[in-house]
Amino acid sequence: MTPAALSRSRALGWAAWLAAAILILALPWPAFARTPADRVIRVEGRRFEYAPGTVAVNMGDRVTLELVATDVVHGLHLDGYNLTLTAEPGQTARLTFVADRPGTFRFRCSTTCGPLHPFMIGQLTVGTNDFFWRAAGLIGLAALAAVWGLRR
Amino acid sequence: MTPIHLELTQPPAVRAALKNRWPQWLAQAGLLAGFVFTILIGLFGPAAGNANFAVIAVWIAWWTALKLVFIPLGGRAWCSLCPIPLPGEWLQRGALLGPASRGWGLGRVWPRRLRGAWLQVAGFALIGLFSAVILTEPRVTGWVLLGLIALAVVASLVFERRAFCRYLCPIGGFTGLYARLAPLALRVKDPAVCAAHTEKLCYTGCGAGYGCPWGNFPAAVRDNAYCGLCFECLRSCPRDNLAVSLRPFGQDVVARAGARLDEAWLALLMLGSVLVYTAVFLGPWGWLKTAAYSVGSPAWLGYAAGFGLINLGLLPALFLLAVWAGQKLSGSRRSLRAAFAGQARTLAPLGLAAWVAFTIAFAFVKFPLVWAVFADPLGLGWNLLGYSADTAWPDVSAFSRLAQAAVLALGMYGAARVAVRTADRVRAALPVIGFCLAATLGLLWLLIG
Ligand code: SF4
Ligand SMILES: [Cu+2]
Repeated sequence: MTPAALSRSRALGWAAWLAAAILILALPWPAFARTPADRVIRVEGRRFEYAPGTVAVNMGDRVTLELVATDVVHGLHLDGYNLTLTAEPGQTARLTFVADRPGTFRFRCSTTCGPLHPFMIGQLTVGTNDFFWRAAGLIGLAALAAVWGLRR
Repeated sequence: MTPIHLELTQPPAVRAALKNRWPQWLAQAGLLAGFVFTILIGLFGPAAGNANFAVIAVWIAWWTALKLVFIPLGGRAWCSLCPIPLPGEWLQRGALLGPASRGWGLGRVWPRRLRGAWLQVAGFALIGLFSAVILTEPRVTGWVLLGLIALAVVASLVFERRAFCRYLCPIGGFTGLYARLAPLALRVKDPAVCAAHTEKLCYTGCGAGYGCPWGNFPAAVRDNAYCGLCFECLRSCPRDNLAVSLRPFGQDVVARAGARLDEAWLALLMLGSVLVYTAVFLGPWGWLKTAAYSVGSPAWLGYAAGFGLINLGLLPALFLLAVWAGQKLSGSRRSLRAAFAGQARTLAPLGLAAWVAFTIAFAFVKFPLVWAVFADPLGLGWNLLGYSADTAWPDVSAFSRLAQAAVLALGMYGAARVAVRTADRVRAALPVIGFCLAATLGLLWLLIG
């Protein structure tokens, strides 16, 4: 190949790569519509974990989150939804919200409860965690681009 | 294609500012004062980790800045400011500022058997075993910092040059490994000038600057790993033959020559460590956190055994398997040992990206704490910086996971490129690329799965 043809094929390759990356990140994905339900989810907070540590609901569910603190005061702050709950020991705190944002979100203790408090973390998945699969696709695409870009 | 190369020390003002000892000295001395303060607050300040200046300033602010800014952009740029070797170096040199006639210390040569990165492998693994305690207990953080500075003083008094930085500092192994990727580099401008210069004042030292504290001969430096950017060579060279330049990312890792087995182990340990840390600190498994924290208990022994097994057994074995498969696939004649060390260069971009992604996930949500402890460094209820616990913080989680995915993709791209470049043929690189892909996807799952 002449240098000009080579650089043209490279430019084309990169354009194709970019298009694929955007496609992977932004392609609308059919979500399986489920009838939204009312759900009560009870999470026990103890030093330094939530039980259960992972919670899954469907898109559109009306979720009532119950936090029970079994030893000391614990909080629960849900990323993405920006909700906070605080439960005194032995008591139950409640909060209801509509799970209208899909994905996986971390929830963290929001009241200092001991040395490992900063790492008291759980996760809530709403619907399917599309973003994980999209990110995985992007990473695979990056590996392909590297190998393709250096092929001889 | 000529690689882009921009000499930063071309402007006389920049060169003069680096040759002058004062700017760097003032920065280091200021940081030393901060370091002493941090040790004191760690030892005597608030007992709760997330209210203690030492824990937050070191493990959130500094540790984040090191991984997100200093290393990716400046390589060992932190080392040029680091206060830890300073007191020992002052004693060793017998001078606070300029080259003096005589210092103290025995000036021994570092033992040959202890060369290489093995002690740093051990140090980093040791930190891993105690990380949950170091990270959360201000007293322990204080003692660790004090221990590091004491060790640096002893090393300076017994051995010549910066033995501590080069062979002992556990952070140094980490920094050096990933510094290779950075665009910033200090190198000689024209090797021919050096070849003709018989005195080699950059190594021996002279009235204008000390001989390389890292024991390098600048004309032979090809890679950022062991250059601490102390700028002594820039000062001592009478021919002005040194330059700080910017170049493309990742230049030092694609070289096939000079790959070492100890560095391969270091790279594997660091990759494994970030996987374990992510599971321990950001995962939903409380029992794992408690096990990592309860030093000395049976659960902790289990954690320690698991940590060792994963990082020094399982991961190296899988990597070796990938390298071996690549050799078989391509019919390469390279020895397995050389291929293992050479292909381990792949782990530099992969590992740095992993650490950056972990740091983004870990630190972004904690920044309010940094503000809080800087507003009240002594833990006396002050509020110097107008901190308020009620401030509504923007929710960074969406941005943070996008950034994590982007960084991991970039790391995978870099790793695959290095894998192809360091293998004999593309085919020999494929199993290693598979290893990297698995490690990256595993981390992605731990982070946002
Ligand atoms: S002093 Fe300068 S010219 Fe002489 S060997 Fe060192 S870098 Fe080269
Ligand atoms: Cu808690």
